[in-house]
Amino acid sequence: MKKILKISMIALLSVTMYSCGSDSNSEATKDEAKKPATSMIADEVDPMDSKGIGPISSLTLADEVDATMAASGEEIFQAKCSACHKTDVKFIGPSPKGVLERRSPEWVMNMILNPEEMVANDPIAKELLVEYNMSPMANQNLTEEEARSVLEYFRTL
Amino acid sequence: MKNLHKISFVLVLIAAFLMGCNNSNKSNSGALSGSAAEKVYVKPGDHDDYYAFISGGFSGQLAVYGLPSGRLFKVIPVFSQDAEKAYGYNEETKPMLNTSHGFVPWDDSHHPDISQTEGELDGRYIFINGNNTPRIAKVDLTTFETTEIIEIPNSAGNHSSSFVTENTEYVVAGTRFSVPVPQRDMPIKDYKGNFKGALSFISVDPEDGGMDIKFQLIMPGFNYDLSHPGRGDSHGWFFFSTYNTEEASTLLEVYASQNDKDFIAAVNWKKIEEYVNNGGGKKMPANYAHNVYSEETHMATSTMKKEVLVVDPTEVPGAIYLLPTPKSPHGCDVDPSGEYIVGSGKLSANLTIHSFSKMIKAIEEEQFDGDAYGIPILAFEAVNAGSVEQAGLGPLHTEFDGKGNGYTTFFISSEVVKWKLGTWEVIDRKPTFYSVGHLMIPGGNSRKPFGKYVVAMNKITKDRYIPTGPEVTQSAQLYDISGEKMELLLDFPTIGEPHYAAGCPADLLAENSKKIFKLEENKHPYAVTNEADTKVVREGKEVHVYMTTIRSHFAPDNIEGIQVGDKVYFHITNLEQDYDVPHGVSMIGANTSELLIMPGQTESFLWEPKQVGVWPFYCTDFCSALHQEMQGYVRVSPNGSSVPLKWSMGENIE
Repeated sequence: MKKILKISMIALLSVTMYSCGSDSNSEATKDEAKKPATSMIADEVDPMDSKGIGPISSLTLADEVDATMAASGEEIFQAKCSACHKTDVKFIGPSPKGVLERRSPEWVMNMILNPEEMVANDPIAKELLVEYNMSPMANQNLTEEEARSVLEYFRTL
Repeated sequence: MKNLHKISFVLVLIAAFLMGCNNSNKSNSGALSGSAAEKVYVKPGDHDDYYAFISGGFSGQLAVYGLPSGRLFKVIPVFSQDAEKAYGYNEETKPMLNTSHGFVPWDDSHHPDISQTEGELDGRYIFINGNNTPRIAKVDLTTFETTEIIEIPNSAGNHSSSFVTENTEYVVAGTRFSVPVPQRDMPIKDYKGNFKGALSFISVDPEDGGMDIKFQLIMPGFNYDLSHPGRGDSHGWFFFSTYNTEEASTLLEVYASQNDKDFIAAVNWKKIEEYVNNGGGKKMPANYAHNVYSEETHMATSTMKKEVLVVDPTEVPGAIYLLPTPKSPHGCDVDPSGEYIVGSGKLSANLTIHSFSKMIKAIEEEQFDGDAYGIPILAFEAVNAGSVEQAGLGPLHTEFDGKGNGYTTFFISSEVVKWKLGTWEVIDRKPTFYSVGHLMIPGGNSRKPFGKYVVAMNKITKDRYIPTGPEVTQSAQLYDISGEKMELLLDFPTIGEPHYAAGCPADLLAENSKKIFKLEENKHPYAVTNEADTKVVREGKEVHVYMTTIRSHFAPDNIEGIQVGDKVYFHITNLEQDYDVPHGVSMIGANTSELLIMPGQTESFLWEPKQVGVWPFYCTDFCSALHQEMQGYVRVSPNGSSVPLKWSMGENIE
């Protein structure tokens, strides 16, 4: 009886949370609530399969690097990102060099565009936050187009 | 039994959660609708319905509260230095407080008024007057920052200010004290007939809001107390209450209360504007500061202006009339239709209401009752529409609900009285705690008031709060005025003296509220928008540090080669581009305040090291989990030392 009550309480809570949600956070909250009590750990996911949490659900990269886009991405990276990311070494945050061998393009885009939710709810981003001594990825308010250019620049590194 | 408890607990939880999902607007309905607590309760995370901008009086600032909760959100520094925000301390905003008397770090802020278009609040700016060293300030309502201050020459005790005309053509500033114009060395006893009262019409540029004194009307030497614009048919006129028409210079509490009636001066500013546009008026030498803050450079500049256009009222016949009004009237308030001008004779028990249409008729029929210094006085009976009789003691100020009612404060009898326009009958009265000055209905000084709440601002609170020594807080009180009778809902403490206020619906401003300053738009001459460009530059004894911040480090954070006796300017750009991530900074021993730098902004402070050593600086705004790691060192060597100028971050300084 005790157990049943507890379970129904949890179920109710999740339903309520779901019905209350109206912003983008609700999706993640809902997903969290559905998951079993033990937290998802990064080892269980192939990072290349994870698209992260955010506005980008699908992104296909062309075979050739778009040089113009990459040049503009480099400019944006220097202006908005280089205070924490160096291209050759680990700094405040990780180096973006070879990031597309470690992460899906969607995940990278979502990390740039939606860092608060990523470090709160994405298992890989959560681990990275711990690894980087709780230094949070700053939201630099890039537009989707700007983030896409930065991603293209990463392909040249 | 245990289980039953649990079940009911779960049921309560469900109910609570379901209720929590409801729109908060609905929560006032139902069996508890009489509860004052529920009417002011804004649950955690929910937003208030209205902004209230309540002046801080002798604090010199303007505070932003939410209604109905009474929660304080921000104190906007206007006329006083604010160490918390570095206003008046950092190099960028020091010029904002420049005047013809030099740097004045304080003033007495009184009457905020929100800009209007077609007689309705438009939410672009809020203006406020500095009383003591006459100034008018403009606050930008996208940033909630003071962006312009203009000093008013020939004025003293800038009190009948700062009210706007229907389309914010002008913000108006009238003098409380009359003074010699121009100022000169003369005996005080020769006041009468020699001192003058300047009423200033400051034009507001429709594009950028830039203020400029278009003309000053040089009136007889009365005290000009408050003013309000005409609207609707009376648009084009401005009304000023006067006292001390006796022109006393001493013991005004006796000598300025001799006359049964003083005046409300009706000024046809459109007529004077036309006169001025056709070359009328006289340019007079003056000296006053005009201080403008640029959002692009994040800096203020102060310019001294040397001339002002003055107008002699007798030279523009038909533009100015005096309406006899008992007795030392304070408030001078115009109803939403523009027909009624309410004079609150503060030494009288009655309110006197003049009719605009009767005034126009009386002017046409020349129903005059003499003149004062050549300005026609209209016959009282010819302009009077009625009076609210024996409504209370010491009427001060009236606002309107847009539903045909006026609400007047009575200082001596500590109450708000609701009365009906046209019939002048008293409908309701409620006590205030205590000694109420002004009151405010959001939009209450416009064609379209939002008549849901009135805020009364009290001078004395005595026993209303737990005591805090001899000095106790002043307060505001919120009344629900949506029904026939007013209902007191809430007391809330305020900063300084809550003198007067302006309010508006939250959605007029909320969506335009700026979140960050874009780095690519930063034109500060000492900005560095990229960590790679940070540097330290010596120019003789002056050293300029071009520094950046981002969570959670400064660049550079190690500096050497500074010497005792240097003037070190830290220019710090916050590279963050996210909402609500300011960084602060302070240097040990700096003779100034911290900086509080918004995302994308650049601010500067001056440090003059006096001792050899290695001195730290750190981030003063709790910015992140690594906030306590956000710090740096400056090595200070003796004057003339050969230690070279160097800077670094992330490596040992070589």
